[in-house]
Amino acid sequence: MASCLSRLCLTSRLGGKTMRTIGCRGLNTSHISMMPKSSSSESTTDNSVEKESSKKRGKSTQVPSYEQGKVSRSGVELRFKYPEMFPEPHMIWRNPIKEKLERKDMLARRSRIYIPEFYVGSVLRVSLSNFHQADKTSTFVGICIQRNECGLKANFILRNVIDNLGVEVKIELYDPRLLKIEVLRLEKRLDTHLRYLRDAPHEFSTFPLDMKPEIRRTDDVPLNRIKVKLNPRPWTENWYKYDFKGIDNIEDQITNKMNRRRIQLRKPWEKYDMMKTYRETLPEEEINEILSEIKEDVEEHEQKHRRRIN
Amino acid sequence: MFRSLLLVFERRATTMSVLLNIRSSGCSSALWRSFHSSPTTHRLQKLSRLRVVDNSELGKQAMMEGKPPKVIHVYNKTGIGTVGDVVLCAVKGMKKKGVIVGCKAQQPSYIPRTDSNNVVLIDDNGAPLGTRIVVPVPASLRTILKEKTHAKGADYTKILSIATRFI
Repeated sequence: MASCLSRLCLTSRLGGKTMRTIGCRGLNTSHISMMPKSSSSESTTDNSVEKESSKKRGKSTQVPSYEQGKVSRSGVELRFKYPEMFPEPHMIWRNPIKEKLERKDMLARRSRIYIPEFYVGSVLRVSLSNFHQADKTSTFVGICIQRNECGLKANFILRNVIDNLGVEVKIELYDPRLLKIEVLRLEKRLDTHLRYLRDAPHEFSTFPLDMKPEIRRTDDVPLNRIKVKLNPRPWTENWYKYDFKGIDNIEDQITNKMNRRRIQLRKPWEKYDMMKTYRETLPEEEINEILSEIKEDVEEHEQKHRRRIN
Repeated sequence: MFRSLLLVFERRATTMSVLLNIRSSGCSSALWRSFHSSPTTHRLQKLSRLRVVDNSELGKQAMMEGKPPKVIHVYNKTGIGTVGDVVLCAVKGMKKKGVIVGCKAQQPSYIPRTDSNNVVLIDDNGAPLGTRIVVPVPASLRTILKEKTHAKGADYTKILSIATRFI
């Protein structure tokens, strides 16, 4: 009962935002809830539920070793800071031993290279060793349009327009070939993936190759509410089937039949589907357990890097 | 006998169209369109159109006229072209060879995926028809074309020297 309650309280805090995507397992679930934090009214209800759950936990004899309040409060932030550290929530893809071993390997890799916090919509510069190139290294600048998979196979796609040609490169986050990952602009977007930029005008995905990192004044990550205008059809995917918040003019571009289909495919009841939320979220206990495992290493690493920058 | 068979077939067709709530005229096309909903894979195969990205006269004219080259053969075992494959194209009523230098289809990690299927036209000896490639090309093309070049065959490495940017 306690675990059930805590799971619920976690999902309500995350806003329970989910969106179906085509054929990408990683996006369906754990990475999806990378949404802005819930409003203050929600957080008050959260606290009450949390108190209740903690009371119930207090009654039971098992008391976890970590300090509950501290870990869980900053836990939610860290959960989205390092999404690849947390496993795929769906039961058929779980493998606790593999996850644990992979986490160990990921931390080992993080001790060699700085893997910064970034989100879908952030602009990155990645340099990697590439034996095809004349100088054996290559650099790519672009906007992150998608983050996929968890664990060691975590990857992301960078997109940029170079010489009027849209170019995308898929990069694996824990690849030993990576030399440096640099965040040039740290921000979030309204949607969980920006693959629709492929069908948008070039100005929305053009970034200069010699772009300089922007200076951050605050610690919180800004949300860019920019709305993209799509080119006329044909599109690479059927964007009208999903409700994207970042697309401005989708209803002008589609036919009446498509619009009917779009309305037909809406699933307004999904936010009340408790089983769906259950399947697509990790229980809070598990999150805290993973966090207590990785937190020290990750924080130490971050501080070390910050000092190096200064 | 034949006429009766035809009649039976017609009746069946009409019942099917009624069942599926489709008008009997244009039944076949409506049927197929209504069931196609998956996104395209953008495979480069016979009859797919390409974009010429070098500054050769022939390629420029073909693109200006709105008749981009069409693949009529892919020189590999699978018949599906990827970066570095040699294709035979139909350009303005002529047969010309070309090298694919950018694919719209999904690519493995670190190999760039481009928004158009790009091709550089070459002659039979592997020498490009143009003098400059105006878009970035994948760096992996270097290794692939060097491997393809043999002492007695065509020399494809001349394409590398006219490329302006590798990514």
